[in-house]
Amino acid sequence: MSAPLAHLEILPRSVHFLLALGLLALLAFPWTGQDFYTQMVTRMMILAIFAMSLDLLQGITGLVSLGHAAYFGLAGYVLAFMSPADAAASWLITLPVAILASALVALVIGFFVVRTQGIYFIMVTMAFAQMLYYLFFDNKGLGGSDGLYINVRPSALGLDLENKLVLYYFTLVSLVLVYVFLRRLLWSPFGRTLNGIRLNEHRTQALGYASFSYKLTAFTLAGALAGLAGYLWGVQTGYVNPELMGFHMSAHAIMMVILGGMGNVAGALIGAFGFELFLHFFKDLPTVGGFDLGKHWQLWMGSLIVLVVIVAPQGLMGLLRPRSQDD
Amino acid sequence: MTKPTAHDSSARPLLQADKLSKRFGGLLAVNDVSLSLFKDQLHAVIGPNGAGKTTLTHLLSGDIAASSGRLQLKGQDVTGWPHHRLSLHGLGRSYQKTNVFLPLSVWDNLMLAAQAQGAYAPFNPLSWFGRADHNPSVVARADRALQLAGLSAVRNKTAAILSHGIQRQLEIAMVLATEPQVLLLDEPLAGMGAAEAETMVGLLQTLKKDHAMLLVEHDMDAVFALADILTVMVNGTVIASGTPQAIREDAKVQAAYLGEASA
Amino acid sequence: MDLANFLIQLLNSVQYGLLLFLLAAGLTLIFGIMGVVNLAHGSFYMLGAYLAYALTGAWDSLALAVLVGTLLSIGIGWLLEKILFRHFYHRSHLDQVLLTFGLIYIFEELRSMLWGDDVHSVGVPELLNWSINLTDTLSYPAYRLFMLVICSVLALGLWLLIGKTKLGMKIRAGAFNSDMAQALGVNIVRLHALVFAMGVALAALGGMLIAPLSSVYPYMGSQVLIMCFVVVVIGGIGSVRGALTAALLVGLVDTFGKVLLPEFASMLVYVLMAVVLLYKPEGLFKQ
Repeated sequence: MSAPLAHLEILPRSVHFLLALGLLALLAFPWTGQDFYTQMVTRMMILAIFAMSLDLLQGITGLVSLGHAAYFGLAGYVLAFMSPADAAASWLITLPVAILASALVALVIGFFVVRTQGIYFIMVTMAFAQMLYYLFFDNKGLGGSDGLYINVRPSALGLDLENKLVLYYFTLVSLVLVYVFLRRLLWSPFGRTLNGIRLNEHRTQALGYASFSYKLTAFTLAGALAGLAGYLWGVQTGYVNPELMGFHMSAHAIMMVILGGMGNVAGALIGAFGFELFLHFFKDLPTVGGFDLGKHWQLWMGSLIVLVVIVAPQGLMGLLRPRSQDD
Repeated sequence: MTKPTAHDSSARPLLQADKLSKRFGGLLAVNDVSLSLFKDQLHAVIGPNGAGKTTLTHLLSGDIAASSGRLQLKGQDVTGWPHHRLSLHGLGRSYQKTNVFLPLSVWDNLMLAAQAQGAYAPFNPLSWFGRADHNPSVVARADRALQLAGLSAVRNKTAAILSHGIQRQLEIAMVLATEPQVLLLDEPLAGMGAAEAETMVGLLQTLKKDHAMLLVEHDMDAVFALADILTVMVNGTVIASGTPQAIREDAKVQAAYLGEASA
Repeated sequence: MDLANFLIQLLNSVQYGLLLFLLAAGLTLIFGIMGVVNLAHGSFYMLGAYLAYALTGAWDSLALAVLVGTLLSIGIGWLLEKILFRHFYHRSHLDQVLLTFGLIYIFEELRSMLWGDDVHSVGVPELLNWSINLTDTLSYPAYRLFMLVICSVLALGLWLLIGKTKLGMKIRAGAFNSDMAQALGVNIVRLHALVFAMGVALAALGGMLIAPLSSVYPYMGSQVLIMCFVVVVIGGIGSVRGALTAALLVGLVDTFGKVLLPEFASMLVYVLMAVVLLYKPEGLFKQ
C-alpha cells in the first residue's frame, strides 16, 4: 500500500523557481504574437484551475472522485442558459451564479456521496456525474446531445471576453487567485484538518473534528472551483455539451493531478500544463514507415499513464523532490 | 456505583456509565457494565484477553454505539454521541494500537490535536485563512502537552521514526493536547520495556490530579501502583469492583484472573 | 400497458439484468477479493463483442465463436493478471484507477488498429433467427429468450459455485479476509488468478452474447461499465447475491423507466442508487 505522504505542502526550491518563471512566461506570452498558441495556453490555464480544484479533494483531503467533471460542465451550461442569443451577458453576474450553481449541486451530491468510503466513494461520484450527464443528454430542453451555444461572450466593466487577449489575462488572474487561495488553504486550520483526515480519519475524528462536515465542505469548495474553470471553458469555446460532464473529462482531471503530483496545488498546475503538452506532442507525431503515429495518440497517452503509475506514482513533483525531507 | 476513596474528589462522577451492553450479532461482548469515573481518581479495568475491556472503552469513547444502557458526561446525557462530539465536551481517549499521524512530526501531531478545541466550523470561511501554526492559544496548548509528556527532545522528529515507547508517549500527549477532563487510556504500556514503562507510570501518576481516568491495562505492577479503584471483567461482565486490596483478596477474581496474571 | 407489452418489458428487464449480472459478478468478486478497482472491465466486454464479430466472420458459427472466444478470454485474463494486475493489489485505489484508465486508452486503440472504428454487426444464428408470437401484432425474438436461458443457467451456475462448492468457499473466504484465507492454506495467488480470469471471461461472454443484438462499436465498454459500477454499489462489494439482486433491480428500473418516463429514464437508476445509499451506505448485501 503506497504510504501517504506528509509535508506535501512544502515546495522544493526548484519548484518555486519554476513557478516564478512560469508566471513570467504566462504574463509575457501573448506578446509573442501567436494567436493560435494564445488560445492553447488559455485552455491549459483553464484546465489547470480544474486540476487544482480536484487536488483540493483528492490530494489534500484524500477523496478520489471520478465525477468531478459534473461541476465543471454544469457551470458552462449555466452560462449558456443565461446568455442571450444575440447579446453579451454580464460576467459580473453570470460568473458568480455559475460558481454558485456548481457549488450547490456539489453540496447536494456531496451529502450522499461523502457518507461512503473507499471504493464506494469512487464509484458513486462517477455514478452521480453520469446521472447529470444523462439528464442533459436525454433532454432536448437542456440542449440534448447536441449541446448549447454561447453566441456572444460575456462582458462587463469594460472587459469584453470576446477579445482573446482580454480572456487570456482574465483567465490568468483567475488562475493566480485560485492558486494563492488553495495554497493558503493548505496552511489554514481547515487545510490542516483535511490533511489529518487524509492521513488518519479515525484519529482526526477522535480529536474532536466532525470529519463529515469537513469532507463535505471540501467537496463543495472543489465543486465551486471546478465551476469557475467550466465557466471559462464555456466562454472560450462558446459551446457546451454533456461530454464536459462525462467520465472521460473526470478521468482527464485525475490524470493531470497525478502526472504533476498531488497534495500541494503546484503539482496539479504543473500536471495540467504537462498533460496538455504531452497530448499535443503525441497527436502531432509524424507518420513513420507508413504507420501514422499521431493518429494512435491514445496508445501513447495510455502507455504514458501506465508508466507514470508504475514508475513515478508521486508524479513530476515527486521526481523534483529531494530524497529525504525529514530530520 | 463505587464511592470515592481517600483522594479528595467531588461526589458527582465526571463520567457515568449505566448498564452498558454491546451485542455483535449473537455475541454479547459487553454485558450490563456500570462504572463511574471521579476527578483525581484512577479507575482501572482489568481482565483476561477477550473480556470486553477494549469494547467497553469503545463504548465509553463513542467509537461504537451501545446496544443498550446510558452514558453521562459531566452530568449531561451523552448516550449515542459520536466520538468527536464527546471529545469536544472534555473526553479524551488513547488507543491500544498507536494511532498517531505517522508521516507528521511530533509537533504537527500535537498542533492538530490542540487545534480541535474551539476550532471554527469547516464551512466558516474564517477557518480557510490564517496560518494554523500561528495561533497562540493553540501553540500554547500543544506546547503544554509536549512538556507534560516529556517530548521536547523529539519535537521535530517524524512520528514514524520514533521508538515504540516514545510513540506511546506521543499517543498520550495527543489526548492531553485536547485538554480533556476525562481520560480513557487503552493499554498505554503496551509493548513497553521496563524503563519506558516506568516513565509512563510516572506520567500517569502526575495526570491523576485534575483528571478522571480510566485505565485498561495488563501490566499488573502498573495497575496496582496507580489504581484507586479496580474493576474486573470476564467475558463481558463485571465480576468484581472495589479497592485494589479488596480485589486482590477476592476469591472470584483470583480464580478467574489473577491466578493466570501476566507480568 | 397491456399484458403482452408488460410481458415483453419484463422479459427484457430480466434479460438485461442477467447480462449486467454477468459483468457485475466478475467486477464485484475482483473488488471484493483482490480489492482492485478495474475501470477496464468494460473493455473485456468490448473484447468479447469484437471477438464474436471477428470469429463469426471467420467461421460463420456463433456457437464456435463463443466457445473459442471464451477460452481466449480466459487466457487473456490470466495473462493480464499475471503480468500487470497482480502487482497492483496492494497499491492505492487511485493508482489502480489510473492504471486501468490507461489500459482503457490502450485497449481502445488496439481495437481501432485491429478492427477499425466502424460499427459492425454480428448475425443472429440461423437456428435462433425467428420470433415467438405473443399476440397478433407483438412477438418476441427467440434469440433474446435464448440469451435469457443462457444467462440464467450461468447465473445459477455461479450461484452454486460460490455458495455450494469448496472452491466457492475459498473464494468467499478470500473475499472476507485474504490473509486469513492464505494462512488457512488457500493458495491465494492461484485463487486470485482464477477469479480474475473468471471475471474477464464472464464479461467477454456477456459481450459475445449481446453482439447480435446491440452490434459492435467503439467505446461500448464505457457505457456498460458505469451500469456495472452502479450494480456493484447497490448490491454491495464482494457479494454475488447482491450483484444478482441489484442487477435485476437495475434491469427492471431501467427498462420500465424507458417506457414509462423516457425523459428521466436514464436518471432513474441513479436515483435508485442514491436511495439505497441513504439507508445502506455499503450496499444491500455487503459482507
